[in-house]
Amino acid sequence: MLSLRHVGKTYPNGAEALAGVTLEVAPGEILAIVGGSGCGKSTLLRLVAGLEGASAGRIALDGVPLAGPHPAIGIVFQEPRLLPWLTVAGNIGFGLTHLSRPAREARIAAALARIGLPDYGGRWPRELSGGQAQRVALARALVVEPRVLLLDEPFSALDAFIREDLQGHLLALWSDTRPTLVLVTHDIEEALVLADRVVVMQPKPGRITQVLTIDLPRPRARTGADLLHLKQQVLGLLRHARPAAAKANAYAASPAA
Amino acid sequence: MSHVEGLPLTRGVPQRADTRLRIRRQGRWLLGLLVPAGAALAWELAVRAGLANGRLMPPPSVLGATLLDLAQGGDLALHIRATLARMAAGFALGVLAGTALGVLTGTFAGVRAALDPTLQALRAIPSIAWVPLFILWFGIFEASKIMLIAVGVAFPVYLGTLGAIRTVDRRIVEVGRSFRLGRLALARRILFPAVLPHYVVALRSGLGLGWMFVVAAEFMGASEGLGYLLVDGQQLGKPAQILAAILVFALLGKLTDTLLVAAAAPFLRWQDVAQDVVPGEPPRRREPC
Repeated sequence: MLSLRHVGKTYPNGAEALAGVTLEVAPGEILAIVGGSGCGKSTLLRLVAGLEGASAGRIALDGVPLAGPHPAIGIVFQEPRLLPWLTVAGNIGFGLTHLSRPAREARIAAALARIGLPDYGGRWPRELSGGQAQRVALARALVVEPRVLLLDEPFSALDAFIREDLQGHLLALWSDTRPTLVLVTHDIEEALVLADRVVVMQPKPGRITQVLTIDLPRPRARTGADLLHLKQQVLGLLRHARPAAAKANAYAASPAA
Repeated sequence: MSHVEGLPLTRGVPQRADTRLRIRRQGRWLLGLLVPAGAALAWELAVRAGLANGRLMPPPSVLGATLLDLAQGGDLALHIRATLARMAAGFALGVLAGTALGVLTGTFAGVRAALDPTLQALRAIPSIAWVPLFILWFGIFEASKIMLIAVGVAFPVYLGTLGAIRTVDRRIVEVGRSFRLGRLALARRILFPAVLPHYVVALRSGLGLGWMFVVAAEFMGASEGLGYLLVDGQQLGKPAQILAAILVFALLGKLTDTLLVAAAAPFLRWQDVAQDVVPGEPPRRREPC
């Protein structure tokens, strides 16, 4: 269980990126965070990843407060961020140096097969397309079997077709070990197709407007009536998020499915 | 084109494209050779035909004979050894100092704030200006020469190392941090490989400056070394000897630079822009789909 209690982040220049964020994410849950730019959604992820420290509140995994990067928490960024001097196999095995060589190579081979790039182990990152590189980045984060995987707009730099393909890949990979997924995205459809719950955030300071439970069976059709209805609801929340925050509470937490 | 047709067809299209590239690369290499070779030939013919007096600018044949003469007497090997020994010691010392200072200032902001302004000020001094002082400090023998070379080498290496460390992509460092690498592991697994390409460039410019300073060093009263051949050739009016020494300098400079690049190449195979790309040619990017 990943839990955040009244988490706030104020930067040295006085900008309040996050204030009073309280959230619990159950093991194996897929949580999506949506919101306009500057609403603090990426900051939230970086705090959980331990890349930045919170200025207020508490972040804990299974009751243990987090201080810095945690071995059970992995992160995938918007860009693949593969290390250009390592081959694809070297990149995937980056977090596996504690294993013996045969064990590491077996894990890498399995991961390569799982992301559909079985023969790519010896290639350099520069030889990959954007979608392939992001799949390798996913494998690198998942091969260490984290309990929580954070994804910071992982597919936003890809074109629509490859994005849908990778969303499917993500669900398949998730179903292997069922880690908790926290997915930051500005793509509402992506959030609704993938997530169990969608957190809507608003800026100045970054905080949670609403948490919607998406009680639809998977796989979800992108054009289903339920999904489109939910999409309108989220869009409405985002539109109203700007001028007056209080209004948002008027919306029901659960959709009439 | 017969080279291309002679290839077994099973090698496929990319291989053929590689071959074509290689042929074009060789073509350009030959083209680059055309100008100096043509100029040398023209000068030789001009002197032979009596159109020019070759005394102050000896033609290639005289130059060749002088080189051969120096080589046969064993003088050339002696002078090359002396110069190479000074160069090696000065370069090693300069690289060591430049790297150590670059790593320290690049890693610790406090050290940078304390040292960088002073180092930049020292760098602004034309290094030849140190010569009189170095002679007073270290004498006129090897120590002062090696120190001068080391000073020349240290600054470009320092600047390059500092710059490379300072410009390492923060996003790649975050990958290391998210895998909980400690300071040392981060340096070894992320910073070192990220810095390496720039560091090699810094070493190369250090080497180039080292060759400059070895000449300056040997001007200050050396009794052997290629720089001595230059001074000797001027004082005794032997332009062919001067040109011969210059030629050897050019060859040694190019040779050592090539060796440095070759030594670094296995570690830089991952780079997008490899040395084997023709200058001015966009780097090839394979797009497997």
